[in-house]
Amino acid sequence: MARTPARAEPHGALDELPGELLMWVLIISELLVFGAGLAAFLGVRLTDPSGFAEAQDHLHRTGAALNTLVLVTSGFLAARALGLRQVGRRALARWHLGAAMLLGVVFLWIKGAEYADKAAQGIGIETHPFFMFYYLLTGFHAAHVIAGIVVLGLVAIWDDAHNIEVGAAFWHMVDLVWVLLFPVIYLLA
Amino acid sequence: MKYQSQKIALAYFAVAMALFAVQVTMGLVLGWVYVSPNFLSELLPFNILRMLHTNSLIVWLLCGFFGAAYFLIPEEAEREMHSTKLAYLQLLILVVGTAGVVVTYMFNLFEGNWLLGKEGREFIEQPKWVKAGIVVAALIFLYNVTMTVLKGKKTAITNILLLGLWGLALLFLFSFYNPDNLSLDKMYWWYIVHLWVEGVWELIMASILAYLMLKLTGVDREVVEKWLYVIVAAALFSGILGTGHHYYWIGTPGYWQWIGSIFSSLEVVPFFAMMAFAFVMVWKGRRDHPNKAALLWSLGCATLAFFGAGVWGFLHTLHGVNFYSHGTQITAAHGHLAFFGAYVSLNLAIFTYAMPILKGRDPYNQVLNMVSFWLMAGGMTFMTFVLTFAGTLQTHLQRVNGEYFMDVQDQLALFYWMRFGSGLAVVLGALLFIYAIWMPRKEVIEPGETAEVPAE
Repeated sequence: MARTPARAEPHGALDELPGELLMWVLIISELLVFGAGLAAFLGVRLTDPSGFAEAQDHLHRTGAALNTLVLVTSGFLAARALGLRQVGRRALARWHLGAAMLLGVVFLWIKGAEYADKAAQGIGIETHPFFMFYYLLTGFHAAHVIAGIVVLGLVAIWDDAHNIEVGAAFWHMVDLVWVLLFPVIYLLA
Repeated sequence: MKYQSQKIALAYFAVAMALFAVQVTMGLVLGWVYVSPNFLSELLPFNILRMLHTNSLIVWLLCGFFGAAYFLIPEEAEREMHSTKLAYLQLLILVVGTAGVVVTYMFNLFEGNWLLGKEGREFIEQPKWVKAGIVVAALIFLYNVTMTVLKGKKTAITNILLLGLWGLALLFLFSFYNPDNLSLDKMYWWYIVHLWVEGVWELIMASILAYLMLKLTGVDREVVEKWLYVIVAAALFSGILGTGHHYYWIGTPGYWQWIGSIFSSLEVVPFFAMMAFAFVMVWKGRRDHPNKAALLWSLGCATLAFFGAGVWGFLHTLHGVNFYSHGTQITAAHGHLAFFGAYVSLNLAIFTYAMPILKGRDPYNQVLNMVSFWLMAGGMTFMTFVLTFAGTLQTHLQRVNGEYFMDVQDQLALFYWMRFGSGLAVVLGALLFIYAIWMPRKEVIEPGETAEVPAE
């Protein structure tokens, strides 16, 4: 969309960003939102440490740890796809993107099992402030995983290296956010 | 003026400026009611005056947007408008609807009538027949501009403008849905009120501002477009879920307090970006455009929008703060500077830029116009400070100390007097602006095909 045509004179450091300026605007916005959400979570936690600790015990730490592995591996595959595409190995790059998407689905499946388990225990978004933040933050994140799978699918179809770079940048953001959410929500004692 | 059909804008701007005069006059009367509460209480009660004040504001801003679209789309698309007749028909519908609204409100005609009576929902009080008229007018407009753009050149400016205008029209459809449940009613109501001014109107604002920057500073289109996309992305990212900051106390689930607080805090970003954009373009620009007043209004618009919408909005957007400040004069302070900075100034900027071109003359009355800017901007800024102090005091007395509303109002009298004074400055500025735009008749005015009578 906003890609600078080659003939335009350089407009400064922004043009040296890999991928797409708008993607970086989005990534920064997302990080601000999740960062603010985590800060709010930690702030409200101060008002009720024991309630938060008790609520946290209902979470599946193992499942979430497994999900971390799944998502980081998926990010690695997306990054490999870009490298492969740059040296012209299109088919293999696409396989990597497909595998990255598949791992995204695995993440959602594990996450879904976790949500289903919470629902079975009668835990909802208004049960306790801890769960409100839990559902808001992990729910927003899961929505981004879905969006990321779609993005990876799109760049697997329209697979020039620039597109893959932009898609992978989004996917790494999804990764990064999870890596921030996991310790704060699941582990922090 | 390159294209004859740009002339349509003249009629829209005339209607807009006439309603602008009505709006600020009503505002002044309201300001007087605050200091002298029985003034006109039998003839035109406060609630009716307020409806006229807000409704005429919205209608004139819309007329300005439509006019701006008719002015800039032919130039951007590099072709005449699809249909001139339809454009005037659209304006006729809007004028008849507005007249109907005013008469219905003032004499409370057809009270309770499903089709003809006023509906009593703040800002969308219009009787159903007027709402239907607005939808028809919007459809005519969208058909007309979309056909023009589809057949012509497509630029980022027209794409964003069309996106904003389509969103505006589609969101208005929620005004027909009026659930019995008050919480649901408010929830959908904000789809119009919030998603207009903190969503799609920002797209319209950004695109018109981008057009003005392009013309006034002569910076490359690619640079302008890059800014435009970033601004629009930031506006939609923050603004859509920012709706949550209206869902704190209307009966929606508690998580809206956090969604609203977090996303609406970011709503300051697009306004900051617009301000940065305007100033960077002026610094980078090599063009010395003779219409200095238009440049002043453009820069003033971006700056006052940042403070009024961005900073003053952030001031009370966090739910912990809003719990105390909700519905006090702080809201009024924010509302006034936000609307004036973002949308009034934007319209006055495009009027200032376009009117000399439409009338085929040099930009005369520059100094008068700039004086009117400082009068209006100064008056509005002073009013904002006064109401902010009043609101802070009110919050403390009423929400912290628990005093009665009317007892607190008595204690705020001094602020209301000062607000009336600042309102007077704004009205004088507005009249001066209209004079500066229309009055010089010494020049030969190009006879347009449409016998247009200036509003003032």
